[in-house]
Amino acid sequence: MATHTRTPASRRTVRHRLAADVGLLVVAATFVLPLAWVLLSSVDPHANLTVKLPDGVTLDNFDAVLTPEITFTPLLNSLLLCGGGTALTVVCAALAAYPLSRFRSRLNRPFLLTILFATSLPITAIMVPVYALFVQVNLIDTMQGTIFFFAASQLPFAIWLMKNFMDGVPKELEEAAWTDGASPLQSLVRVVLPLMGPGVAVVTVFSFVMMWGNFFVPFMLLLTPEQMPAAVSINEFFGNRGTVIYGQLAAFSVIYSTPVILLYVGVARRLGGGFALGGAVKG
Amino acid sequence: MKRPTRPASGPSPHPVLRSLTRALPLTPATVLLLLFLAGPIAYCAYIAFTDLQLTGQAEDSFIGFENFRTAFGDEAFLNAVWLTLVFTVISALIGQNTLGLALAALMQRASKPVRTLVGGIVVTAWVLPEVVAGFLLYAFFRREGTLNAVLDWLHLPTQNWLYTLPILAVSFANVWRGTAFSMLVYSAALNEIPKEITEAAEVDGAGGWRRLWHITLPMIRRSIGTNLMLITLQTLSVFGLIWVMTRGGPSGKSQTLPLFMYEEAFQKSMIGYGTAVALLLLVVGSLFSVIYLRLLRTEV
Repeated sequence: MATHTRTPASRRTVRHRLAADVGLLVVAATFVLPLAWVLLSSVDPHANLTVKLPDGVTLDNFDAVLTPEITFTPLLNSLLLCGGGTALTVVCAALAAYPLSRFRSRLNRPFLLTILFATSLPITAIMVPVYALFVQVNLIDTMQGTIFFFAASQLPFAIWLMKNFMDGVPKELEEAAWTDGASPLQSLVRVVLPLMGPGVAVVTVFSFVMMWGNFFVPFMLLLTPEQMPAAVSINEFFGNRGTVIYGQLAAFSVIYSTPVILLYVGVARRLGGGFALGGAVKG
Repeated sequence: MKRPTRPASGPSPHPVLRSLTRALPLTPATVLLLLFLAGPIAYCAYIAFTDLQLTGQAEDSFIGFENFRTAFGDEAFLNAVWLTLVFTVISALIGQNTLGLALAALMQRASKPVRTLVGGIVVTAWVLPEVVAGFLLYAFFRREGTLNAVLDWLHLPTQNWLYTLPILAVSFANVWRGTAFSMLVYSAALNEIPKEITEAAEVDGAGGWRRLWHITLPMIRRSIGTNLMLITLQTLSVFGLIWVMTRGGPSGKSQTLPLFMYEEAFQKSMIGYGTAVALLLLVVGSLFSVIYLRLLRTEV
């Protein structure tokens, strides 16, 4: 059968594939226009709001925004906030996932259900009370306060993912470590976590990407301009100016977006297209 | 004789002590969640019933359901509820969900390079920071932006989208940004359908639409439920995208509940009132969340 390539069925498959390709490319064309605008405008000396081929390629736009005020300080702030928040999230999630995955307890099910429930709460809704609360306890306009909140808001999903990954590591490997006298903490750090390296990477990258792109949380909780991460500063800087220099706005957008896209690509490649979202949304 | 080992490393004689030691690693996460998530939610439930303001008030007082009564008599609030509904239905239930399913279904058949390319483009839109996505779509929909240039080229009428149809513009922006999620969920679900089943149906002479309706959709209905739940919740809490594109304007025509909440609480300094709106949003979110849990019931 396989040698007869011109059977009606296979011709139909080819036709179907062609139709599917065309359909996908049409949708992709509409998706690509805004992306093309930012890429082309960032190197266009006369960028405006319409997507067009640049009349001459220049790096002036990048030059203009690569200053401490526009780029370096906000990106450093982003790095501090999201790095701190991610570190806290990953450590707490790994610790919490361990007993949930390894020991049977009557508390596991309620805890996991609460976590799953919290995963899908609209965090945006609580930003006003969080602001009011942070004013009362003097955490408003502090990096550490924002980091704590970032970590807490990301934790439910992180614990859930981490637990699912940890379930994939066979218990027998740890038991060997236990007989050698290792404590659970030691076996977690030396045996389990290394074995679920890709899983930890997914949780880390996912948390970081979520925080890096988040606007509302730092917008509410930070007040001094010197502490603003890129998510907020870009809006303040370009949103409140009379005339926007679109080429520079595009250049900054490219600089600000590149790290998370690279991180995402790195993780997605390693784990295949569907990605670990399956851990949370399989149904 | 060997002394009993430390409770942390070996079986302890006391079951209560043992469970406590075992639960110890849960502490940091639990403390963070209680202080920074459960705390604010409880506080939210409290100040929604007070007249807390930012300025010009020595003490807030308990006013019962007054904020909620005000809300339901407030045209701006009802307008925000309506717009939130429109935004959620158009962008999540119809846009992201249908487009995501269509893309995933087409990808099953498409050639590999096209699949990779299209998947990459759609996912990039999803990974972009919220504010950047907002700027890109703002540029796209502006009077002198790309959309009008394309329409002009096709000899179709142009208009100032962000002024005439702002809620539609931000809905499309949310479709652009969020479709990747549904696409990934549905791709995973479709991959799990055994090939034999669709092939058998094909042999029996079931056409594309009938196969979709009678075989594919019933087999992925749990994924459909989960996906609808999650994208509804995500869409209910969109703030940055709309804020960057329209600030909720012009004159409230794209002001969904999160933006209304922000305006009342901060621009008008009515924290109590803003929080009452937040509480309503939380309650709606919790209801969806409970349905979501029931859909996943067998998984935990």
